[in-house]
Amino acid sequence: MNIINFLVAAVLAGTPLLFGTIGEILHERVGHLNLGVEGMMSIGACSGFMVGYMTDNFWIAMLAAFAGGAFGALIYAVLTVTFMANQNVTGLTLTIFGIGLANFIGFYMLGKSETGTLKLPEQITAQMRGAKIPGLGSIPVLGDLLFSYNPFVYLGIILAIILSIYLFRTKTGLNVRSIGENPAAADAAGIKVTKWKYINMIIGGGICGIGGAYTIMITNGGVWITNCVGGLGWIAVALVIFANWKPVYAIYGSFVFGAFRILKYYVPKSFPIPNAFYDMLPFLVTAVVLVVNSIREKKENAQPESCGVNYFREER
Amino acid sequence: MAQSEEKYAIELKGISKSFGTVKANDGINLNLKYGEILALLGENGSGKTTLMNMLSGIYHPDEGTIRVAGKEALINSPTDAASLGIGMIHQHFKLVNVFSAMDNIVLGTQEKLLKAKVLREKVEEISRNFGLEIDPEKKVYNMSVSEKQTVEIMKVLYRGADILILDEPTAVLTPQETEKLFAILREMKAQGRAIIIITHKLNEVLAISDRVTILRRGKSIDTVMTAQTDEKKLTELMVGRPVELSISRPKVEEKKSVLEVRDLNVVRADKTKALKNISFDMKSGEILGVVGIAGSGQKELCETLAGLIRPVSGELSYRQESIIGKTPGQIQEMGIRMGFVPEDRLGMGLVSTMGMTDNMLLKTYRKKKGMFVDRRPAKELAEQLVQELEIMTPNVETPVRMLSGGNVQKVLLGREIGSGPNVLITAYPVRGLDINSSYLIYDLLNEQKKKQVAVLLVGEDLDVMLELTDRILVLCHGEITGIVDSENTTKEQLGLMMTGMTKEVAVGE
Repeated sequence: MNIINFLVAAVLAGTPLLFGTIGEILHERVGHLNLGVEGMMSIGACSGFMVGYMTDNFWIAMLAAFAGGAFGALIYAVLTVTFMANQNVTGLTLTIFGIGLANFIGFYMLGKSETGTLKLPEQITAQMRGAKIPGLGSIPVLGDLLFSYNPFVYLGIILAIILSIYLFRTKTGLNVRSIGENPAAADAAGIKVTKWKYINMIIGGGICGIGGAYTIMITNGGVWITNCVGGLGWIAVALVIFANWKPVYAIYGSFVFGAFRILKYYVPKSFPIPNAFYDMLPFLVTAVVLVVNSIREKKENAQPESCGVNYFREER
Repeated sequence: MAQSEEKYAIELKGISKSFGTVKANDGINLNLKYGEILALLGENGSGKTTLMNMLSGIYHPDEGTIRVAGKEALINSPTDAASLGIGMIHQHFKLVNVFSAMDNIVLGTQEKLLKAKVLREKVEEISRNFGLEIDPEKKVYNMSVSEKQTVEIMKVLYRGADILILDEPTAVLTPQETEKLFAILREMKAQGRAIIIITHKLNEVLAISDRVTILRRGKSIDTVMTAQTDEKKLTELMVGRPVELSISRPKVEEKKSVLEVRDLNVVRADKTKALKNISFDMKSGEILGVVGIAGSGQKELCETLAGLIRPVSGELSYRQESIIGKTPGQIQEMGIRMGFVPEDRLGMGLVSTMGMTDNMLLKTYRKKKGMFVDRRPAKELAEQLVQELEIMTPNVETPVRMLSGGNVQKVLLGREIGSGPNVLITAYPVRGLDINSSYLIYDLLNEQKKKQVAVLLVGEDLDVMLELTDRILVLCHGEITGIVDSENTTKEQLGLMMTGMTKEVAVGE
C-alpha cells in the first residue's frame, strides 16, 4: 500500500498550494500579478494560529486566517489599484512584510510562553485531523484515496470548483474576466472595474490566508515555527501558469507539486541522491513549467492580457 | 431660435476640459437632432475625441452643460452614458480579444445568467434590422478589423442606444467596407437614431453627413449644412486659412532598379505565414506604395527590408549585392534607411524618453571614435530640423514623447532623410497628422524622389496613395494581388484587390 500512502501524502502536501494558487488566480483574473502570495499566506498563518491559540475556537481561527490574508490583499489593492503603484514591487514588498510580521508576532508570543513553545489546543487540532468519512471511507483503496482527508482538502477542492463556475459560467465572472483582459473595454461596457478588482483580490487574499493556516495547523501539527510557509507562495504563483489561470486545473497542479514535495520520503533509501535534491525539486519543476508554458500558443490559455498593468481611465 | 418645439438628442453648451495646462476643449457648443448624421470635423488635437469622451462618460467636463433628449444630464461613467442611450464606438476598439463576439456584446449588461439562446435571438434580430453580419461564436482575435467594428456597433445597439458616436470609424476600412458601414448608418438614421461621426476625411463627411460641426484648437468654429459646402470650404474652416489641397506627382525620367526582391517568404513568431512569394523591384526616383488591410504583411515587409526579420527563403539584393544575413547596421551603411512607424508611433523609430539631440545621436554615434560621444553635431542637426520642418518643441532636449504626433513624425523622417539615404522605407508617415503636416510630409517624400531615392511608402488613405505614388503594390494575406500603375487605377479596384481579388479580375484586363 506504499503507493496509496504516497498519493495521500501528495494530496496533503499539495493542499496549501491549492489555496495559494486559486487565491492568486483571482488576482490575475482582474489583471493584478500579486507576487505577495507568500506574504499573504504568512499573515494568514500567523493570524489564524494566534487567534486559535488565544480563543481555543476552530471557526474563529479560520475566520482570522481568512481575514489575515484578506488584509494583506487589501494593502496590495489600495497601493496598486487606488494609488497605481508598480505591481511587482508592491507584491515583493508584501511578501517581505508578511513574513516579517508573522515572525515578529511569533517571536513575541514565544517570549511570553512559559514552555518556550506554542501549540494549539487539542479541541482545535482534533477538528483538523484527517478522518474517514463514515461509510464511503471504508471502501477498500478508494476509501483511503478519496475519503480520508482533513476538511481543508475538501474545502480547497470545493472552492476551486465554485470559483471555476463563478469565473466561467456566470455573468459576473464574464465581467470579472474582461477586467483582466481589457479593463478599458470593461469600463466602457459599464463594469465597475475598481470595485470588482477589490472584491476579487480581497477574497483571493483570504483564500491564500487559509492556505497559510494549513501549513502551520496541519503540515506542522499545530506547533508554531518561524517561516512556516517556507516558499509555498512562490510555487503557487508559478502554479497559476501551470493551471492556465483556471481554478479546476489548479487542483491537479497542486497535487502534482505536492507529490514532488514529499517524494524524498517515499524513494527507497538505496537511491544515491542527496535529500537536498528533493528539496530543490519543486522549484526546479517550477522553472521547467515556466519555460514550457512560455512557448504555448493557444490564446485562451494565456495570461489575461492586461495582467500586470494598472488601469487608469483618463490615460491618454 | 425658432426650433424650440424640436427636441434635440444632444445639446452641448460651453463645454470646457483641460488636461494640466492644455485646454483640450474650450467653450464648445454643439447640437444633434434625432434622425440626423452630424459630422464632427477637426484636425488632430482639435479636441474631437476629448469632447466625445465626455459624452460617453470617460472624462468629466470642467465647465458647461450637457443636455440629452432635452434634459440636463450628468454623465459620470460609461454606465450613465449607456442609460441615457448614448453609445460610443471607439477608434481603438474596446473589445476583449479572447472572448467571442457574443460575450463582448453582452459584457456588462444586466442579465445575470448567460442564457445563450435568448441572447443569440436578440443579437440576430439586431443583425437583421440593420444588415449587420456577424458570427456570434467567433473569437475577436480571429476577426478582421471590419468584423471587430461590427461587434462594437452591435454592442451599442444591444444596449439600446439611440445616440451613436463613431470615432474615426473608417480609418482602417477598405472602400467597400466603408460603403457597407455607411449603408448601416443610413439605415439607423432612417430609423430615427442620432449619429455623430468623427472623421477627417472630407469626402466621407460630404458623403454621409447632414450637417458638419467644425472644431479648431478646442473651440467650435462653425456648423454648416453639408449640402451647402464643399471640401475647400471645410478645409478652410478646419485649418483657419486657405490650403492648397493637391498632391503633386513630379515626373522623374531616369529610373534604375535599386532593390530587387525575389520570392520572399517570411514567417511570424506564431508560425503563420506573413509573406508568401513576394517579388518586386524598387526603383530610384520612384515612390512605390504598399496598401492592404491592416495586418496583411506590411509590417513584416518593412522589417525584412530593414534587416530586422530574417526571411525563411527568397532573395533581397541591393545593387546586385545580397543583403540577406546582414545586420540592420550594415544595411543602413549601404544607404537603405527606414523611417518605420508602427501602430505605436514611438515604438520602433525613436526613444521616447530621449530628446531630439540624443535621438539624432543614435544613428551617428558609431562613426565617432573614442569613448565619449560628441553631442554638438547631433544638436546642430536637431536644431536645423526644427527650423526646416517647423517642429514645435520647447527645445531640442525635450523628450520626444512630449511632442505631438505630427512633430514626432517630422523628427523621425527628418533624421532618416538627413542621413542621405538611397532607399527610404516609411510606413504610415502621416498617421495621426493634421492636414498641414501631412502635406509637408508628402512634399518631403517627393523631394527625396527627385533626389533619385527609391521610396517605399506603406499607407492607408487610398486617395492619397493614388495621387502621390507612382506604382502601388497591393497585399492580401501576405501575397501580392497586383502591382498597379497609380495613374490608371481607381480606389474601388484597389479595394477589391485588398480583399483578395487578383489584378486581372479587379482591373478587368
